[in-house]
Amino acid sequence: MKIHEYQGKEILRQYGVPTPRGVACLGVDEAVAAARSLGGAVWVVKAQIHAGGRGKGGGVKVAHSIDEVRAAAVEILGMHLVTHQTGPAGQVVRRLLIEEGAKIAREFYVGMVIDRDAQRVALIVSPDGGTDIEEVARSRPQSIHTWRTDPVAGLTADVAASAARQIGIPETAIDEAVVVLQGLYRAFVEKDAMLAEINPLVLTDDGRVLALDAKFNFDSNALYRHPEIVALRDLDEEDPAEIEASKFDLSYISLDGDIACLVNGAGLAMATMDIIKLYGGNPANFLDVGGGASREKVTEAFKLMLKNPGLKAVLVNIFGGIMKCDVIAEGIVAAVREVHLSVPLVVRLEGTNVDLGRKILAESGLPIISGGDMADAAQKVVAAARNT
Amino acid sequence: MSILINKNTRVMTQGMTGRVGQFHTAGCIAYANGANCFVAGVTPGKGGQNFEGVPVYDSVREAKDQTGATVSVIYVPPAYAAAAIDEAVEADLDLVICITEGIPVHDMLRTRYKMQGRRTRLIGPNCPGLITPDEIKIGIMPGHIHKKGRIGVVSRSGTLTYEAVGQLTALGMGQSSCVGIGGDPVNGMKHLDVLQLFNDDPETDAVVMVGEIGGSDEEACARWIKDNMVKPVVGFIAGITAPPGKRMGHAGAIISGGVGGADDKLAVMEACGIHITRNPAEMGRVMKKILKG
Repeated sequence: MKIHEYQGKEILRQYGVPTPRGVACLGVDEAVAAARSLGGAVWVVKAQIHAGGRGKGGGVKVAHSIDEVRAAAVEILGMHLVTHQTGPAGQVVRRLLIEEGAKIAREFYVGMVIDRDAQRVALIVSPDGGTDIEEVARSRPQSIHTWRTDPVAGLTADVAASAARQIGIPETAIDEAVVVLQGLYRAFVEKDAMLAEINPLVLTDDGRVLALDAKFNFDSNALYRHPEIVALRDLDEEDPAEIEASKFDLSYISLDGDIACLVNGAGLAMATMDIIKLYGGNPANFLDVGGGASREKVTEAFKLMLKNPGLKAVLVNIFGGIMKCDVIAEGIVAAVREVHLSVPLVVRLEGTNVDLGRKILAESGLPIISGGDMADAAQKVVAAARNT
Repeated sequence: MSILINKNTRVMTQGMTGRVGQFHTAGCIAYANGANCFVAGVTPGKGGQNFEGVPVYDSVREAKDQTGATVSVIYVPPAYAAAAIDEAVEADLDLVICITEGIPVHDMLRTRYKMQGRRTRLIGPNCPGLITPDEIKIGIMPGHIHKKGRIGVVSRSGTLTYEAVGQLTALGMGQSSCVGIGGDPVNGMKHLDVLQLFNDDPETDAVVMVGEIGGSDEEACARWIKDNMVKPVVGFIAGITAPPGKRMGHAGAIISGGVGGADDKLAVMEACGIHITRNPAEMGRVMKKILKG
């Protein structure tokens, strides 16, 4: 689960990490009032969306007067901010963060991730802050340094200081940098984060260390023990179809194709998307109904898929294990009747009670196209989509 | 032979008195030699009860001492599952299979840390389990799609593993053992660990390796295969069409930081001599062709 920058900074402050003073706002007047209350002569007006690359996309403006704050707020609020992480449609900006300006001497990158290979929390640091770290990783991999932490000892002051020196933080600021890195580590572990980034961490003209940005992504499997993180969720930033799916415990992701697919199991669901593409079609979604899909769940899954206005065909691919094919077939028949399906439906059933399941579909009187194996089903749905 | 488990394996179920644990334990007992293999259940506070004649103990240690079980399968809910693995490791079991999906990744980091230097092997979490056809099934897979034979199967997925097994069985190729290593980012045995066992197993002739997007386990395994594997391997990676940055159902199935894309994995696997297919319907046929070779 992702959160906004202003929320991430609030978490960082709780862990002793210094950030610029700032106020989150929803409107232009509010933004102007925030700038006045912060005082000073320079402000930064920052779009708050759940995607990186906001500066490049025009979502971050420096203002040197209250009038410039107002102009920047008017420009950014409501804009469709397009970044390398939003996709071509962009994300509508609904919130701003107004911050006091900082005099930046140098910019660094610091981040924490789960290192899957080492099975450790990894601290990643680089002297190349303020730009897309993935780009740095491609063009200057030698400037990225990784420190793996021991889960019992945590990120020790010694390691934090070494990492800080490695990226060129001056001796006078090392103690402050250690506070930042250890605070980030503690936030990462205690809040069950999967990713935490400060990009950039800056050294100011007067030698202070400040977190100018904050990005967190939390482990959705651990949210049950973090009501304070769940409270930060902003549904405006999420795909409505994915929110709807999560209510029914369906795993759904929108894609840009026109062939919907309903599958049991995440791996098979991905493989089903892949095979649609392989035979020349385009998958409209990823949808895993899970291991114990009931008739109600299948019906909700159909409703969800059919909300896509450009849909041309539907492929159901079920390998019944615990889930019996006859039960799923009854679910499909009921769902198709309830939602008045108007595009071709191809169903491929395999596994437990497959003969019973196929019989139920055949005797339903519904125009369901039966798929033999996965390849046959994929070819049939691609052909059906072409003729729709 | 087979890998990891056979008809003489003795198994305890952690979380056997829950609804899920009961359902799947009954299924495992009903499969092949299961009635002899499943000898104990563990639920703290419920020692002394029994389920389908299988005695329940309060702790893994007690279940091991009383029944001789050296393998456990875990259906404990996610908030308590990592602690259940820890208990099995502390009792020095040989193998723990954790079916539970949804364990917080930081819990698994701590559990994996504690497992260093211990004898216990872990499969999963978030996996279907493993099966040696006609001998023993430990997990949630449908037993009837399997057939005894000489092909090893290893996969990060559940139903996609069944798909691979179904294709092999339909084409007359039985399986030595099928191992679902699970879809979580931090887990126990990797593709590589399982491939090593299949390579050494005299009753396995070839292996189907099913991976998916996320991480770089398949690449590490492919490099090992290139230098060490003496048996043919057929490989498929799910998620060629998956967009980056999106978690595709499995917690571990996410392309992040430019790492974990299917095309990159397939390229490394092909360069390392694995017989890759981009068509999930062709895993069985590719294997058939190689064995006829």
